[in-house]
Amino acid sequence: MNKSEYKNVFVFAEQRDGNIQGVAFELLGKARDLANQLQEEVYAILLGGKDIEQKAESLIAFGADRVILATEKELEQYTTETYAQAICQIVNDYKPSILLLGATTIGRDLGPRLSARLTTGLTADCTKLEISEEKELLMTRPAFGGNLMATIICSDHRPQMSTVRPGVMKAMEKDETRKGKIDRVTINFNKSKFKVRIIETVKEKSDMIDITEAKILVSGGRGVGTEKGFESMEELAKLLNAEVAASRAAVDAGLIDHDRQVGQTGKTVRPDLYFAFGISGAIQHIAGMEESEFIVAINKDRYAPIMQIADLGIVGDVRKIIPALTERLKGLKK
Amino acid sequence: MKIIVCIKQVPDTTEVKLDPVTGTLIRDGVPSIINPDDKGGLELALELKDKYGAEVTVITMGPLQAEAVLREAFAMGADKAILLTDRKFAGADTLATSNAIAGAIRTLDYDLVITGRQAIDGDTAQVGPQIAEHLDIPQVTYLQSLKYDGKNTFTIRKATEDGYQIVAVDSPCLVTVLSTANKARYMTVRGIVEAFDKTIEVWGADKIDVDESKLGLKGSPTKVKKAFTKGIKSAGQVYEVDTEEAIGILVSKLKEKFII
Amino acid sequence: MDFSLKIEEKLFLQMIREFAEKEVKPLAAEIDEMERFPIETAEKMGKIGIMGIPVPIEFGGQGGTNQMYSMAVEELSRVCGTTGVVVSAHTSLCIAPILENGTQEQKMKYLPKLASGEWIGAFGLTEPNAGTDAALQQTTAIDAGDKWILNGSKIFITNAGYAHVYIVIAMTDKSQGTKGISAFIVEQGTPGFTIGKKEKKLGIRGSATCELIFENCEIPKENLLGKVGKGFGLAMKTLDGGRIGIAAQALGIAQGAMDETVKYTKERKQFGKSIAKFQNTQFQLADLETKIQASRLLVRCAAYKKDNNLPYSNDAAMAKLFAAETAMEVTTKAVQFHGGYGYTREYPVERMMRDAKITEIYEGTSEVQRMVIAANLLK
Repeated sequence: MNKSEYKNVFVFAEQRDGNIQGVAFELLGKARDLANQLQEEVYAILLGGKDIEQKAESLIAFGADRVILATEKELEQYTTETYAQAICQIVNDYKPSILLLGATTIGRDLGPRLSARLTTGLTADCTKLEISEEKELLMTRPAFGGNLMATIICSDHRPQMSTVRPGVMKAMEKDETRKGKIDRVTINFNKSKFKVRIIETVKEKSDMIDITEAKILVSGGRGVGTEKGFESMEELAKLLNAEVAASRAAVDAGLIDHDRQVGQTGKTVRPDLYFAFGISGAIQHIAGMEESEFIVAINKDRYAPIMQIADLGIVGDVRKIIPALTERLKGLKK
Repeated sequence: MKIIVCIKQVPDTTEVKLDPVTGTLIRDGVPSIINPDDKGGLELALELKDKYGAEVTVITMGPLQAEAVLREAFAMGADKAILLTDRKFAGADTLATSNAIAGAIRTLDYDLVITGRQAIDGDTAQVGPQIAEHLDIPQVTYLQSLKYDGKNTFTIRKATEDGYQIVAVDSPCLVTVLSTANKARYMTVRGIVEAFDKTIEVWGADKIDVDESKLGLKGSPTKVKKAFTKGIKSAGQVYEVDTEEAIGILVSKLKEKFII
Repeated sequence: MDFSLKIEEKLFLQMIREFAEKEVKPLAAEIDEMERFPIETAEKMGKIGIMGIPVPIEFGGQGGTNQMYSMAVEELSRVCGTTGVVVSAHTSLCIAPILENGTQEQKMKYLPKLASGEWIGAFGLTEPNAGTDAALQQTTAIDAGDKWILNGSKIFITNAGYAHVYIVIAMTDKSQGTKGISAFIVEQGTPGFTIGKKEKKLGIRGSATCELIFENCEIPKENLLGKVGKGFGLAMKTLDGGRIGIAAQALGIAQGAMDETVKYTKERKQFGKSIAKFQNTQFQLADLETKIQASRLLVRCAAYKKDNNLPYSNDAAMAKLFAAETAMEVTTKAVQFHGGYGYTREYPVERMMRDAKITEIYEGTSEVQRMVIAANLLK
């Protein structure tokens, strides 16, 4: 394999039900940045049924220079083998230097299968992608349960593959004036390898809230005071795409369910962002959230224990701050 | 039915702490456990054994001390165990690891290969599908439940991003499982007492038919350029301001973190 | 002399600790508050073999050792004194006498279901007028040809009402004194056998402690356990083994209280530093820790001797005496170290203190243990 034959930054533009997923636009944003540094181009791979043709243009508006479009009946619904065959054919024809996928359910099913088939390296769940002086892709990711960060390189194999979780990278501002090309390709499938048969596909919103999986938690304590206070916290949480959590005091007071309790007798959480509204920070509570990536504490007591472990502490009245923050965020959304 | 379950011995990363002085990871005294997703896989295999009388073989690739997870698997009810260990496997990334394990599985009879979705130390969730590719068998990931028709078809419910799918696939195939798919059984007392009388087969690189260039560090396309800890949390900033200003500070922080 | 754990004992400890943390600990406060027998825990324990650890595999048991059994009782008691005694009374006081004295038919009939936890076991010796002076048995068993007829009552019987199998000690020939006492196996549901009053207790409140009432209760002739007139000796020997279990329970309770106290004293800050930094705390905890370790070694030694068919009665008595008194001391100090919080139900130490007390009383009071040890010493 001759490395120099491999050029350009490719993004697998994941689509479901004819809608391109947010992570695809985010990856295009990053790909644009990487391609600019390499002085190369950004290609988007868009696979699906006839209905996704019209979506190809949006990929260009978000940063792609070219869209490789394959619309086949076999690609209407995702299965590992159909998509792996399609992408392998495209990779072998176009020889990308870098291939990015979203670390979604599909991405995690497809990515490793592809990397094994292409005999190349895949680095999963990257939080940072950069270009080194040697023009290689530097892929940084958490390891060891999140306790360690590692920077990985894939020196001698191409494409350098990476998956990135939704919400980590930033999409470009949509620019409808951008121009690009659309390559329509036909995939030559080996149908004898299609072994998995889809019997039924069901969409459902899960009722079960697992606060340990949430990336942002809006947590309330005694300072929130009333059920009404918690309702307004819920409004705030919705605007931030966050889950509501609570300290034991709030649960004991019957303001919220026990499955939302953070602490020694509740759950241990490690979200990217933890808001502690009106929580004093008793040891039992801190033990359940001190590993959060960024802690924001709002409390009327400057010397509340929570202020000592907060990354950002605001001394104030939560009953004023929650509604005010909610209003401001609503305004920004418009 | 013959089932092969791939398990990994991992440090219990929820117990790992940062040294407050040096900021480095304290690895001493961290207990080793069966990777939680793999335990879910083993439980699935044992449930199939209970229901259909399957034979369950567990395989792990690791240093000699990885034997401990095989003993645990015996105590839970596994029938056979293989320890894949060899200096030649050292330094392997996921591709080289999957090559080695696939090489071992290729020498065995199987209807179903079960792996966990991801290991809590590596966190990459790759080895399962890569093994399936090397073995040239279909894969179904994010398994929630599995039914077997008694002959050679599996009907599987798998999680999707926004719901689930029911798929059917014939054996042989590979599935990946999450720890949340089931509640893994405890080892039984008798299982523990008898676990140490059972034989663990120890296989080296010579037992598997894989080219050395595909194993270990040599067979690893990815390499770690550097590893670093995120550092100790330093004290944050506390602001004693009025509501209006407070909102301003919060909003700019949220923007900084790409949340809005 | 090898003081280290065997490899299977280490794996066993790992399993039982995980089980205690995940399945037993979450219920401990509730079953104490509600005085509720942890029936769901008994079922879970049955499934993984905890109800039949030292029973040989040929009788449906787990083929484990008394050492492992005592470790199980210790680890369970560490998080919940009640759960510990459920297993202890069941194993030492019901399974053991059948295993050690039963006929092949009796073993095959009772042991498999007891070992699997399908049946729970109990032991009835104590009567309103026969506590430490156990020879004052007033419950009678009359030989009626093809059956025995039991009359009388027992009190303070652990697991009563939930057990299916009861080992009952009764007087068969008053004129013979202790040589006129025999042992019987009585199954729940036998006409004439009822469960009486359930006691409200200071501690191990989830443990069912009730009266057994026998009114012309007829049991089959083959339900005699051991030989006629040998029941008193059988009961005493059974209690020897039971002592290992209770010593393990006391040890577990003490260890649990110590774990809580170490955690609390490190976190609680007064006068500018954690109370663990004060020498008063350190010295007291050091003393208590030493006593806990000494208890542990006494329990290990007694279990070891029983596993190796060496005489262990004296060792078991010393283990129970010391572990029980240590448990009482450790748990009382634990409450003290927790201050006002320790007196509330928000922390588990007050329950541990209440649970510890019974270990100085049942299955032979500390006074009885002293009698046994002195007798052995001064014979």
